[in-house]
Amino acid sequence: MAETKIMLGNEAFARGAWEAGVKVSSAYPGTPSTEISENLAKYGDVYCEWAPNEKVAAEVAIGASIVGARSMCAMKMVGLNVAADPLYSFSYIGANGGLVAVVADDPGIYSSQNEQDTRMIGRAAQIPVIEPSDSQEAKDFIKFAFQMSEDYDTPVIIRSTTRLSHSQGPVVLEDRAVPEDRPYEKNIQKNVMMPAMAKKRHVAVEERMNRLSEDSCTFPINKATYDDTSIGFITNGIAYQYVKEACPHASVLKLGLVNPLPRKLIEEFASKVDKLYIFEELEPVIEEQVKSWGISCIGKDLFTRQGEYSANMLREKLLGEKIDVHPAEDIPPRPPILCPGCPHRSVFYAIHRLKLHVTGDIGCYTLGALSPLDAMDTTVCMGSSISSLHGIEKAKGKDYVKNWVAVIGDSTFMHTGVNSLMNMAYNQATGTVIIMDNSTTAMTGHQDNPATGKTLMGETVPMIDMEKLCRSMGIKNVTKIDAFDQEGLVKLLRQETQKEELSVIITQAPCALLKTVKFPYVCVEDREKCKKCGACLKPGCPAMAQNEDKTISIDPTMCNGCGLCMELCHFDAILKKER
Amino acid sequence: MVTKNIMIVGVGGQGTLLTSRILGGIITDAGYMVKLSEVHGMAQRGGSVVTFVRYGDNVAEPIVEEGQADILIAFERLEALRYCHFLKEGGALVVNDQRINPISVVTGQRQYPEHIMEDLEKDYRVFQIKAQEEALKLGNSKVFNVIVLGLAAQHMDFPKEKWLEVIEKKVPAKLADLNKKAFLVGYESGK
Ligand SMILES: Cc1ncc(C[n+]2csc(CCOP(=O)(O)OP(=O)(O)O)c2C)c(N)n1
Repeated sequence: MAETKIMLGNEAFARGAWEAGVKVSSAYPGTPSTEISENLAKYGDVYCEWAPNEKVAAEVAIGASIVGARSMCAMKMVGLNVAADPLYSFSYIGANGGLVAVVADDPGIYSSQNEQDTRMIGRAAQIPVIEPSDSQEAKDFIKFAFQMSEDYDTPVIIRSTTRLSHSQGPVVLEDRAVPEDRPYEKNIQKNVMMPAMAKKRHVAVEERMNRLSEDSCTFPINKATYDDTSIGFITNGIAYQYVKEACPHASVLKLGLVNPLPRKLIEEFASKVDKLYIFEELEPVIEEQVKSWGISCIGKDLFTRQGEYSANMLREKLLGEKIDVHPAEDIPPRPPILCPGCPHRSVFYAIHRLKLHVTGDIGCYTLGALSPLDAMDTTVCMGSSISSLHGIEKAKGKDYVKNWVAVIGDSTFMHTGVNSLMNMAYNQATGTVIIMDNSTTAMTGHQDNPATGKTLMGETVPMIDMEKLCRSMGIKNVTKIDAFDQEGLVKLLRQETQKEELSVIITQAPCALLKTVKFPYVCVEDREKCKKCGACLKPGCPAMAQNEDKTISIDPTMCNGCGLCMELCHFDAILKKER
Repeated sequence: MVTKNIMIVGVGGQGTLLTSRILGGIITDAGYMVKLSEVHGMAQRGGSVVTFVRYGDNVAEPIVEEGQADILIAFERLEALRYCHFLKEGGALVVNDQRINPISVVTGQRQYPEHIMEDLEKDYRVFQIKAQEEALKLGNSKVFNVIVLGLAAQHMDFPKEKWLEVIEKKVPAKLADLNKKAFLVGYESGK
């Protein structure tokens, strides 16, 4: 009997790609997509890599596809914006070897900067979008996607969501079957997108999407189930599970292909049910198209465009049940925070002391925006800290930015920050950029990047030297400093922000959660000496607490002995001890 | 069998994911269908985290919704308070009586609620343990989560031997004995 295994949605995507014979995978991490690549790499017989960003990842997959190999790239939904440029045009070229981009959306915004819906980009780029609803389907549908990609000469997007990617469920395992690479023939009419060729390919794209809309009425991934026909649901992805839970007897058209839509199948389903509901998380992508065909249905009038759906939502809004629960009121929230021993805390505290304005970026260090550090003015998207600081200077002048710094992590600097810094160097900026080098991509769970010297396949490789990289741009003021050197940081920041020249400060200390980092010390309070001034508490270390008499105590099980509190104490009331 | 709903709540970094994996293991071994839903990413940095575990003959959605949990396992008492309304009437609330200050409490902007355990006991069937202290007695503060799981196991119908077997499989070999001992501390305390 075939083996069944409990798998995370992301593990199942990896399994499916492996079974489908994928040969090359390139990706940039991003919650909730990261574990796809990490799991695929574990098989050992698929070439897997971390690319510096999603555009690069998509282009690597495109190269492999053009010469006939099955390839994939994986990313979170905002990564698709970065990869949009190659994918929009590759939609015209079409796939030789199957190409699948797995893109994970984040309804409910658990770990993202917005709540965009990947199906909208799929529509705009005329790329088919497939959407599974559990781990088993994650595996099955990605295999279907590779085949469809080759059969219809198109890249395919698999859309996941946080709830699917990070839920576990049973998956029946099958063997890997690697197809022969498809032959490569040079064909500039198809593979070189110049105006004359692109015009013809646009015709082919339209034909392809029409053919898919027609054919998909009988695809196994689109499925109509008729039961009680007084209510019918058209639904997709995880939302399907909520329908099954709350309305097990309703008729359901479950769409596995959400772009293009199987129009005839939908028209037939709509004609057989009395009342039609469209139950789709985020944007009314299905609803608006169905309505445009003159079919009446209820969607966003009843169900929100925001956040995740649930079975209780259906019970309340459709079945009129009252969900009678009483959450405890007014209890302190518990937002995420920088860990004890995190090097970012020390850097932000220095910035906080100097009351600098900060163009921020995306990573664990975005938490520096929150109280008590309050050390960030803006966060937009990866890389934007550096370019925004440049824009601020060009709008307001050199003196204005003497009170500002840009803050960016090592992985984010490699992602797109480097382009922004080139722009600053080229266009004669005078601002100060801080690269917080914690030797890893921490936020997404410790992936390597070009500056760490390790690959996804576990090889040790030469690391990009960020200091030399900055210097090669002609930047004269590039300084490395220990991230925990609090007084040194304050001095250096004062000095560099006042210069009317571009400066880069690279703060260094590894992430406290890295397995390779050892903590020989622990900080211990001396209550006799404590003057109850609270200076040590200001950076907001979660290992510390104030006692009723205003002295402090440090939780030895949480403390990582970084010594920042000790450095801030003027009364020697905190000591470092060996563990 | 009617689907059983379990929730594990705590503070990011407390090891909710390991606990849910042990749970997933025992449920699968018993031949049920199981779905789990976890939180990765940003909230794992010291934020409030929730894991859902559902099992039965056939499970559709992977989350437990408000008012539906049979068992709520809380690794910290403020988190028990935050999520207790997910319990169904008569559900079991298993709490590690530990306090971890959220940042607003560390910086003095907010008060950590007092008498949480007493308040919870007014409305719920509460089973509590000071797992951190018990773990230190075993010489490793990290195994507190398996101790809490042991206490919660009293409210599920899997035999003790099965639990120990699954723990053996799910934790690294050199930590297996310690984790089994930890499980038994919680399990026996709940008798
Ligand atoms: C375009 C895009 N891709 C991926 C992500 C997901 N993501 C958020 S932060 C981050 C990396 C942060 O690493 P680093 O800059 O080194 O900072 P750290 O977390 O280590 O402090 C990633 C990959 C994103 N938000 N946007």
